[in-house]
Amino acid sequence: MSRKNFLNVAGWFGFAGFLVTATLGAIRLMVPRVLYEPPSAFKAGYPEDYIVGEVNEKYKDEYRVWIVRDPDGFYALSAICTHLGCTPRWLAAENKFKCPCHGSGYHRDGINFEGPTPRPLERLKITLADDGQILVDRNIKFLYEKQEWSKPDAFLKYG
Amino acid sequence: MLGIIDRMKAQLEKTEVYKSIFRHSYQDTQRNRALQIVDNVFLHLHPVRITRHATNIGFTWGMGGITFLLFIVLTITGVILMFYYRPAAEYAYDDMKYLMNDVAFGPLMRNMHRWAAHAMVITVMLHMFRVFLTGSYKPPRQFNWVIGVILLTLTLFLSFTGYLLPWDQLAIWAVTVGTNMARATPLLGHEGPFGPELGMRIDNDVRFVLLGGTQVGPPTLLRFYVLHCIFLPLVGAILMIVHFWRIRKDGGISGPDVSSKKF
Repeated sequence: MSRKNFLNVAGWFGFAGFLVTATLGAIRLMVPRVLYEPPSAFKAGYPEDYIVGEVNEKYKDEYRVWIVRDPDGFYALSAICTHLGCTPRWLAAENKFKCPCHGSGYHRDGINFEGPTPRPLERLKITLADDGQILVDRNIKFLYEKQEWSKPDAFLKYG
Repeated sequence: MLGIIDRMKAQLEKTEVYKSIFRHSYQDTQRNRALQIVDNVFLHLHPVRITRHATNIGFTWGMGGITFLLFIVLTITGVILMFYYRPAAEYAYDDMKYLMNDVAFGPLMRNMHRWAAHAMVITVMLHMFRVFLTGSYKPPRQFNWVIGVILLTLTLFLSFTGYLLPWDQLAIWAVTVGTNMARATPLLGHEGPFGPELGMRIDNDVRFVLLGGTQVGPPTLLRFYVLHCIFLPLVGAILMIVHFWRIRKDGGISGPDVSSKKF
């Protein structure tokens, strides 16, 4: 390879290298490092604060989670419609969750029964923290259709 | 009186300033008319001559030209709206309400922007439909069809990003629903084929980059604003220049086969 050829190739490699680096840098810049969003895990008070049989909406506005108190324990339902991601409403009088966007409906256990949604609501990891409060982790999901609702952290046993 | 005006006009046309701006007179000769077009930065994208059928509205529907006109209307009204609109979650909705209630001609500008946007989506599709019906996508115009398809997606994306900016419930939930589709992107979405296998999560996939977060929030508003006002119109304008230029380079507006005896 002659010197002229080498410089030609090296020049083009340098140019291509610059373009690739700049493009990758620009893509990385678009991925934020810090989010001003509510944390994915949160404490939801003490189990005795809940009334047996209620669907608690206290944490819905900030975390989009319902905490349901059954006679034998708790489960956390994600308030994200599994159709297209709107926030359903809890209709206590009709004992169901109803999505205002396209009319999907779910029973209080999260199972879908009407509207266009293809699958039940998702349940979230619910445990007791060291200080005795309920701890919900929205990053860990349990899907009914994958038989994950029977897993230990999908339901918090409490007398 | 008229004599004075004529003499002033003659005097004006002799000045260096006038001659530096206008290179050609209004002489109605073939040569002069052609020069007027090719020496004008805005008109020179036009062909100097066009075939007779190219002026036939029944053939072209004028949809490409109407689309471009709407783009100009949207650019002008959009810039005017930008004087009052701040793309921050605290202000966006109030600024929209302010525009609609207290700014002189604010509702007119916003409504023109909205209706022209809806109309542009329709005219782009009708333009595409006409090009398809007349077979104008065929060689040598394949490349321009591809540019046109990209312009169609840019138009739709402009419409989608603009939809978020009023920052009301309709906007936020429509964009929530719309961007949830990006979850299912193959390879790059955390719920798409081979996405999770490639390490895609809700906080690092293509939807996350688009929204600037895991949900539609203030970063999304700013991102969509920049895309809507700067990035997409810029890319669209560049591609439009290529699109118009290629019409000429590919032989002008398509038409019936003039070599055939029927015409």
